[in-house]
Amino acid sequence: MIKLEKISMSFHGKYILQGIDLEVKKGETLVVIGPSGSGKSTLLRLMVGLLKPTQGEVWIKGQEISHLSEDNLNKVRIGMGMVFQYSALFDSMTVGDNVAFGLREHTTMTEAEIHKIVTRNLRMVGLAGQQDVMPNELSGGMKKRVSLARAIAIRPEIMLYDEPTAGLDPIMSGTIDRLIMNAKRVLGVTSVVVTHHMSSAFKIADRVAMIHGGRIIEVGTVEQIKQSENPVVQQFILGLKSPSAYVRRRSEMR
Amino acid sequence: MLLAIVESIGRQVILWMENSGRIVILLGNTLFHLREKPRMKHVLHQMAHLGVDSLPIVLLTILFTGMVITLQTATEFIKYGAQSSVGGVVAIAMARELAPVLTGVVVAGRVGAAITAEIGSMKVTEQIDALRVMAINPIKYLVVPRLLACVIMVPILVIFADIIGTVGGYLVATLYADISSFTYIHSITLFTVVNDIIGGLVKAMFFGGIIAIIGCYKGLTTGEGAEGVGRATTASVVSSIILIFISNYFLSLVLYR
Ligand SMILES: Nc1ncnc2c1ncn2[C@@H]1O[C@H](COP(=O)(O)OP(=O)(O)OP(=O)(O)O)[C@@H](O)[C@H]1O
Ligand SMILES: [Mg+2]
Repeated sequence: MIKLEKISMSFHGKYILQGIDLEVKKGETLVVIGPSGSGKSTLLRLMVGLLKPTQGEVWIKGQEISHLSEDNLNKVRIGMGMVFQYSALFDSMTVGDNVAFGLREHTTMTEAEIHKIVTRNLRMVGLAGQQDVMPNELSGGMKKRVSLARAIAIRPEIMLYDEPTAGLDPIMSGTIDRLIMNAKRVLGVTSVVVTHHMSSAFKIADRVAMIHGGRIIEVGTVEQIKQSENPVVQQFILGLKSPSAYVRRRSEMR
Repeated sequence: MLLAIVESIGRQVILWMENSGRIVILLGNTLFHLREKPRMKHVLHQMAHLGVDSLPIVLLTILFTGMVITLQTATEFIKYGAQSSVGGVVAIAMARELAPVLTGVVVAGRVGAAITAEIGSMKVTEQIDALRVMAINPIKYLVVPRLLACVIMVPILVIFADIIGTVGGYLVATLYADISSFTYIHSITLFTVVNDIIGGLVKAMFFGGIIAIIGCYKGLTTGEGAEGVGRATTASVVSSIILIFISNYFLSLVLYR
């Protein structure tokens, strides 16, 4: 479904990603973890063609997209949805119009049908009845959920989530996690989820990839990641002060 | 020392040419998207926005300009016994130059700034990216309606400006300079031809296009944060106004020879 081949990305001559190879299979949920500033959002932006890689190829559904024109890219993007890290809601439109936007632009649905989907999607993210509110009246976490309701409205085959549960309370995080899992189970959606919540990562992931220093230093199933021998990975998932703290802790346990 | 100056000038020139190139590309892209039927709803929305925003200031600015020009011309012309020409001279100056240029400047300050601020803040809050991910071409969705609205609306504003400017002139001529109302109006009909007015409207279309394209370009290329939006907005207004004055000269050269 999604395949990155030897991707490198530099901004102003500084390499953020270097030699990334990554594949996401159809119907799979891949969780991407890594320290702040390691290039997780950049990775997602490469996948939807918002950024062109400095080197390497991005394949979406068997098509190499980094050489496509904006109009041809849009044909690929119709099947993709993205939840932005900072929501990126259209602030001149109501919440309802935000969610309805893709449907109005890309389908021939009647307003009544659209209204039904908007109502349902907002209910799914715990925002029933908030159609007529303007985005600037919402809290950060609420915006995030509207962004999610908007992204899934046109039922994309591929969903990219940039920290979908950041800033949400534990109960709401759980709801969003279940939403992501349902999308996969019921609709067979292929997902890439960037998250800092390890519990949520381990719950929803088929596989986990860790980015560090511009490279993917570990990729594998949840079990494989938990068992990883790489101290940097262990430091990250356990939240330790330094990699050596993990090495110390492990030797004490033996 | 000298080398540093030359280098810095060179850099500025390259930057300027680079920007000009990008603006031309944006214009080309926008015109390319005009072959599809634009959404009239968005265009009308923009036109309403633009008209309401600018009409009061345009009227006020041009009214007083018409008055002051008449004041100056009348006092000088009367000295040489040429009061019968005052109406015509004012009307021609108004229709050919003053109304289009001043309207352009006012619209650049109001609408150009608003376009850049709106698109710029969409840029820094990733709303433009959200549009793109949702398979919407920002040029088609944001730039085309604004370009059309400006190209249609600025000439309409100039028609209002022509009228109010002439009225202002008439008031000063009759009430202050003791030119009879017949002489003033007769002189207008004697001197001004339809081409004077049409030329002004053609200019207005160009100015509208300049304001919209520069406004959108500066918005779409806004740098990071609120500070970036502020800087882009100022740059948008300044560039539009400079371009209006420069292109005005060449348009006059072509239109009124
Ligand atoms: N458009 C850009 N221009 C210049 N530098 C950029 C740009 N986008 C990202 N960067 C840089 O790339 C690096 C990675 O950014 P990115 O947003 O991908 O990190 P991240 O892993 O998502 O971090 P976080 O967890 O904080 O969201 C950062 O150092 C950032 O400054
Ligand atoms: Mg990020």
